[in-house]
Formats: sequence, C-alpha cells, structure tokens
Amino acid sequence: MKTSEEVLANNLKSSNEILKINHLRTSFRIKDSYYDAVDDVSLSLKENEVLAIVGESGCGKSTLATSIVGLHNPLNTKVTGEILYNGSNIVKLKEDDLNKIRGNDIGFIFQDPLSALNPLMRIGDQIEESLFFHTKLDEQQRKKRVLELLDQVGIINPKRVARQFSHQLSGGMRQRVMIAIAIACKPKIMIADEPTTALDVTIQAQILDLLLDLQAETNAGIILITHDLGVVAEVADRVAVMYAGQIIEIASVQELFNNPKHPYTRSLLNSIPQVERESEKLEVIQGIVPTLTKLSKHGCRFSPRIPWIDESKHEKEPQLHEISPGHFVRCTCWKNFHFDGEKGGSHL
Amino acid sequence: MWKTIARRFLIMIPQLFVLSIFIFILAQFMPGDPFSGLITPQTDPNRIEELRELAGLNDPVYVQYWNWIVNMFQGDFGDSYTFKVSVASLIGDRGLNTLWLSLLSVFLVYLIAIPLGVIAGRYQNSLKDKTIVLYSFISYAIPTFVLGLIFVYVFGYKLQWFPTSGTKDVEEKAGTLGYYWSIIYHLLLPAITYAVLGTTAIIQYLRSEIIDAQLQDYVKTARSKGIPMKKVYSRHIFRNSLLPIAAFLGFTITGLLGGSFFIETIFGYPGMGKLFIDSIMARDYSVITTLIMLYGFLTLLGSLLSDIILSIVDPRIRIE
Amino acid sequence: MSSFMEVKDLCVHYPIRGGFFNTVIDHVYAVDGVSMEFEKGKTYGLVGESGSGKSTTGKAIIGLEKITSGKIIYEGEDVTHQRRKRDSAYNRDIQMIFQDSQSSMNPRKRVLDIIAEPIRNFMNMTVQEERKRIIELLEIVGMSEEAMYKYPHQFSGGQRQRLGIARAVACNPKMIIADEPVSALDLSVQAQVLNFMKDIQNEYGLSYLFISHDLGVVRHMCDHISIMYKGRFVETGSKNEIFKDPRHIYTKRLLSAIPNIAPESRLERKHKRRQVEVDYKKEQHKYYDEDGKVYPLSSVSSNHSVAIGSIEKGGYESVENNS
Repeated sequence: MKTSEEVLANNLKSSNEILKINHLRTSFRIKDSYYDAVDDVSLSLKENEVLAIVGESGCGKSTLATSIVGLHNPLNTKVTGEILYNGSNIVKLKEDDLNKIRGNDIGFIFQDPLSALNPLMRIGDQIEESLFFHTKLDEQQRKKRVLELLDQVGIINPKRVARQFSHQLSGGMRQRVMIAIAIACKPKIMIADEPTTALDVTIQAQILDLLLDLQAETNAGIILITHDLGVVAEVADRVAVMYAGQIIEIASVQELFNNPKHPYTRSLLNSIPQVERESEKLEVIQGIVPTLTKLSKHGCRFSPRIPWIDESKHEKEPQLHEISPGHFVRCTCWKNFHFDGEKGGSHL
Repeated sequence: MWKTIARRFLIMIPQLFVLSIFIFILAQFMPGDPFSGLITPQTDPNRIEELRELAGLNDPVYVQYWNWIVNMFQGDFGDSYTFKVSVASLIGDRGLNTLWLSLLSVFLVYLIAIPLGVIAGRYQNSLKDKTIVLYSFISYAIPTFVLGLIFVYVFGYKLQWFPTSGTKDVEEKAGTLGYYWSIIYHLLLPAITYAVLGTTAIIQYLRSEIIDAQLQDYVKTARSKGIPMKKVYSRHIFRNSLLPIAAFLGFTITGLLGGSFFIETIFGYPGMGKLFIDSIMARDYSVITTLIMLYGFLTLLGSLLSDIILSIVDPRIRIE
Repeated sequence: MSSFMEVKDLCVHYPIRGGFFNTVIDHVYAVDGVSMEFEKGKTYGLVGESGSGKSTTGKAIIGLEKITSGKIIYEGEDVTHQRRKRDSAYNRDIQMIFQDSQSSMNPRKRVLDIIAEPIRNFMNMTVQEERKRIIELLEIVGMSEEAMYKYPHQFSGGQRQRLGIARAVACNPKMIIADEPVSALDLSVQAQVLNFMKDIQNEYGLSYLFISHDLGVVRHMCDHISIMYKGRFVETGSKNEIFKDPRHIYTKRLLSAIPNIAPESRLERKHKRRQVEVDYKKEQHKYYDEDGKVYPLSSVSSNHSVAIGSIEKGGYESVENNS
C-alpha cells in the first residue's frame, strides 16, 4: 500500500523543473589533448526530487557534479553545453555571477567532511561565511542563524560546536556541519557527492534521513552522487546510471530496480551480495572500466565487457531510447542481452 | 600548557649537561692553550707555568670541569683571553649588535619572501612564478660574500650611499634621534644583503604549500559556498599555508643571536658570528665554550618555542 | 568438528600517557577480552563500526599488534609468543590480506618477488619449483604468467587484491585473515574478489577471518558472525541467528541501518529504523554496565551468545515484548 502512496506522492511533488542540463560535455586536458570525462549528458532536476547518479569510479559522476557549479580549473578543463538554472546558462556565467549562485542557490556536500572543513577555522565561522557573502544579515543575526542551522541539522549543543574545530567532532557531526553549510542560504538545489561513503552504516542512515527531512522543509531538489545502490534504493526518486562518461539508463527508482534493462545496470545489480541469492556466485563484469585516454568514441562503450553478445546487436552510435514513460536506455543491446552462460533472447 | 613548558625546561637540564661534557672534552682535545701563543724566546717558561697554575689548568680534569660549571651557574663565564674583558659583557655587546642586525634581516626576509611565495604559488607556472623561482634559485646559488663584496663596492665605495663598516656613527650622541638613525643606517646594507639571499627557503615552502592548499577539499568547499577567489585565498589558503613557516618561527627567533660570519666580516660589523670564528682561531676557550653552551640552549628553547607557536596557530595541536 | 585454532580472552590495551612526568595515566581498551574458535573451512565474520577494534583484533592474531594479555592456541599449542618467529608453523599457516593491497606491496619489487616472499621464507624450493608454484598461484587467481614480471602499480585495484590473495595462499595456509579486503573496490570488482575467495576456500579447505564494516558482504561470505563494539563482542553466533534473531540492541540498530536494494519497502524500513533508534535511546543503559562497557557474553543457544548482564536479562525480555 505504501508503495503506491509513495509513487503517487512522487508524481505530485515532481512538477517544477528547476535545473536542466543539455548536452553537457566536460573535458580534461591530458598531455595537450582533451578527453571527455562527461560526454553529452542531458538531465533535468525537479523541485523536491532526489535524483541519484550512480556508477563505478571513473564513470564521470563526480565530474558531472562539480561541473554544475563550475568548480573545475579553467586552465585544463573545457565545459560545453547548457546548464539552465533560473533562466541563465551556468556554463557561460562569469565567475562573479557564478559566485552569486554557488552556496546561495546551489549547496554542495562533499564526501569526506574531515578534509572538506577548514581545520584552522571554527565551525561557526565556516557556516557564517556563506551567510556573509549571500545575505544582508548583520553579524548578530548571522551568529543567531548559525546556531539555528546547527540545531536544524540535529546537533545537540550548537553553542559549543560553533566554537569548536572540525577535528574535535565525530565523522557524523562533521557531515552534519557540512550539511548546515550547504543549506545555510536555503538553496533550491543540493548536490551531495558521496555524502555517506566515509561514514558508518548507522550514521549513514541518520544523515540520509536528515537530508530527506530537510528536503521536506525546503522543497529543494537533490542530486545524489553515489556508488552505493543500496543508498539509491533508500532515498532516490529517479536514478541515472553512468558508464564511461555517458548516461546509459535513467528511470524511476522502482522501475530501475525492478525492471533494469541495460546490461551494465543488470550486471551491477547482480553483483550485489543479496539475501535471496546467498549461496550463489556474484555476477562479475569482465574486463575493466576504460580509462579516459583509451576510450573509444564510437559504438557501444559497454560492448567490450559483454563480448558474448554479437556486435550486430549494438547500435552504431548508441542513443538513449525511451522504452516506457520516463525510462531511457542507451543502445539496443539490452534487447538481446543475456548473462554469460545463460541462454540468449530471454528479454526479447 | 604551563606544565608541559615546565617539563620541557626540566628535560633541558640533562640535555645541557651532556652537551657541557662534550664541549669540555672537545676543549681539552684542542691543541695548545691560551698561553702557548704568548710564548716567545724571551718568555720565562716558569712564568708560563705559574700562569697555568694560576688559571687552574694544572688541576685534575674533573676539578676543572666542576669549577667551570659552578662558575657558569653563578653567571661567571670567565674572561676572554684575547679581548681582556669578561665573556659575559663581551657576548652582551656583540649579542646586542647581532640581535639588531638579525631582527632587521629577518623582517626584510619575510617582507620579500611572503608576497613572492604567495604570488608564485597562486599563479603557478605563469611568467611571474617562473621569474620568482628563477630569482630564488639564483639567490640560493650566490655565496653571501660575493654579493656582500659587490654591495660594499657599489653602494658603499662607488655610490657612497651606505657606510661600509661599524655599528654607529661615533659623532652622534647616545639617546638622540640621529644616534638611532645612525644605528639603523649602519644595519641597512648588511641586512639587505642577508635578506636578498635568505629568502629561498620561505619562497619555496610557501609556494608549494599554496599549490597544495589550492587542491584541498576545504578550498573546494569554500568555493562552493560562493566565496570570491580573492577571499578564498586570504581566508582559507593563505593562513593554512603559513603553518610550516610558523612551525619554524621558534628556531628563527632563537637563531637571531647566531649571526653571520661572512656578513659581519665583510661589513666590519662586530657581531656574534665573527666573535665565534675569531675565538676559535685564537683558542679563546672561555668564549668558545660559552657560545656553544648558549647556542645549545637556544636550539632547545627554539624547539619549545616552535611547539608553543604551532599550538597557538593550529588548533589541532594542543600541548597540555 | 573441533576447532584447530582458538583465541582466548585476547586483550590489546594501549597506554595513554600524561601528567607531569608523562606516566601512564590510563589505557585505551582497543581489544578487551575477545575469544574465538576457528574450524576448518569456515568463514568467521568480524563486524563493527570504525574504532570498534575489529582490525586490531585481526592484527593481534597474526602478530602485527602486541598482545597485552590472552592466549592464542594453534593446534593444541600455545603460540602467543611465537607469532613473530620467522619460521614457526603458525606464521606459515596464518596469512593476511589487507584492504589497501597497493601499500602492502613493495612498489619496487616485481610480482614474482612479491609472491615468492612467503615461499622463500617458509618452503625449501629450488628456483624452478618456485617458478612453477608462482605460475600455479597466478592461475588460481585468474592471471597469466606474464604478470610475474610486472610491478604492482601496473595492475588495477581488483587485480592487485587478487595478487594479495595469491601471496597469502602461496604456502597453503590454514587460515587467512582478511581485513576489509573489498572495501576499496568497485562493486563488480568486489564481486570478482569475493568469488575468488570462495572458490579458493572450497578447493583448499581454508578458513577465513573476514573483517568488514559491510554487513551485506559479511552475510554473503560468512558462516559465523561476531559483532564488535568498544573492543568487545556484543553478540556472536551463526549467520542465521544473528540476522534472523538479533538479541542485542546494538546489533538490531546496526542491522536496521543497512540499506536494501528494494525501494518499494523503504518506508517500512525507515519506520522500523526509527523505532529501533527510539528503543536504542530508551533501553541502551540496560545493555551496558555503569562504565558504558559491554557485558560479558552469555549464551542464548549452542551457537549464539549475547552480551547481556545476568540481572538485566529480565529487562531485555521486556524490551522484546514491547517491540
């Protein structure tokens, strides 16, 4: 019963698009040539939505996240395409105009809160900084707001913590502080890059719950970058799976876990140790993720890892196809995909 | 904190004790004694022997050592054989000269090195950076006495902008403004020479620290907050990059009394560096041993001072 | 079947120094009275959050940490003080795999020398025999002969972890202590390494002590699981007992926090998690003694023990009825 309720709620709440990414390409310079770490990604984020971006290391998900707020070094990075927010294209914005959006409209949460907090600056001052640059509050009001924020992210003794330094806090507390920084100016969008990877499971659960609670208050759209499909299943509304810089499948969370289509998504799900298949062998994906410099720009990028699927089953220039409302899959190989050793054609 | 400081001072006692034994033994091994230089065909060997007896040089070794230590504790470091004054007042005079020179030098070093280090780190691989790095390597490669001599020749002898020796103008009356100005005036050329050549370490340190800090996650956090780059540098990168230099500050402060033999010699400036080398040449035991004990003590003090400074600027380090 | 190895009341305490004379003023009880028995061919999971002492336990068993008190008995013999002897049977038979295989391999040595190290230490082999053995080992972990002449950095994380396994099994060990062996690996690579570990176990009858914070992986790999907190076991038992019938509030809380890849039931899980959290806050004191320490284990059934104080057992029952 709860399931349908939840679906209904999702449909209701996801109406307003607040961020639209069109044909985003982020390229890094390596020895005088540019390589695409993010290759033609198009996405949209709605108000009050949790959009998860999953993939293994090197698939470009973190690069995508940092591209949205333009944090790359312009000397060795090229970003093209469109990131539309509030009528302007973030990619084309000048640094000064970007700074008005960063921290104000878009909050960012990093993976490791220990290294993401300045070790020499008091916690309170680090939160206050955002307020200083984005609001007209005077010093007293800012200090008051800092305490409110710390309280809002579930810190028991805000007054004391505001005066402390990051090394004096536990991992979970630090991540709460990071979240307080991210939500300080009530952003419309929050980007969380592996926010719980460095934490223990019980703390992870608390932090994820906190993010959702805050979302319920602010209606922010959340982009959650993670490699952990379990976390995705717990909090996401929609999921984009990335492989080698491209989105290869995108669907609602129920659809993705119950009806995965792309061979990569299916292989990933089968490689998770699960209760139902306790004694079975885990699915292994042959080969390795291609490195940026060795990536072939043509054909299905996943084909080298499923060599038992005939080359003719892949599209020449694989595109994302909408196979049911809201469910997109890249390439046509999924239609004929079967796991190595299994009989073919079962998914036709 | 006070407890730790007290404990560190306590630990210094055995350390200095061991140092004193080493110094004493080394002094014993040095060939000759203060009187061997006085011997001429005219001197009466008995008179020399008498002097030796009087100076206590014929006592058993441990008695000599004991007398030395006891006197030292009473503030009596003996007399300099070459300068014919007490070591305490000699070191007092020279030390003060050196202190002024070092203070000005170190001030100039920081004044030059910190902006250059910051610029080089911030604009890494730019023309500015490359020029600064080139300067720091060249200054590292030039020997002090070469640049010192060039400066004396050009600014002192040819252009006559600066005096070439001494510590002050003898004609000025003590306490007047002119008197103090003349002291600073005499300091300037040697201090500039020192500063121009002494910046390498700080420039290089600061440059690499800033380059490192730029890549830290907390800088990314700061940028993601929408803080302008200028402020990110002043609030986040700069302070964190100064830590290693702060860590060295204790040694720099206690090192102020060390002096530089070359600078002092070239500029005819009577300071500690020259005193040390001169007294070794003249076998002036009491000066040598006192100076080594002093430097030993200052080194220990410097490490304590560095720890205290670091604990003030870095909240992660606390001494209890 | 009886155990071939036993750890009895293992303690690893680190002194904390302080005061004016820098004397020992207290101890960190990293491992504080841990007992385990190991049977042939089984996998033992050691689970806990960061700082629980699980890694220290593994390192103490193999001899990388000094044991404060307690005993390790291997095939009937007390080997507590032999762990560091170069040629003892214990050292040959118990091997270790590390989380970060890169830093556990000398970067300037070829794979050949890395894998040969235990062979040269423990076995008398001619150069030809050694070569043959290394090729055999590489085959076991699915790598070709050419790998011998490469350096560790030329491999991917998963491949290096497999080389680590090859090195660990080189001298036919009886047990391998695996400290977070797959935590640094991507999902598909993790699957590959876990499969290998299972294959090798089936073939050679190895035992594993599998140390991990990932309960999903532990559930997949282990027969017997111990949950550790503050240097002690809060609960230990067969996999089924732990997952189906957790008794200690700490275990329950840990289990309720594991993400599940079933999005349709996530609201239920969230409610349950919140309920456990409420119980945890309310009932916590009953599960720890006055100093906040975990009680000694008392047995619930033949293969399940839980750390509940004898008087508090009543309290524990009432919690069970409430929830």
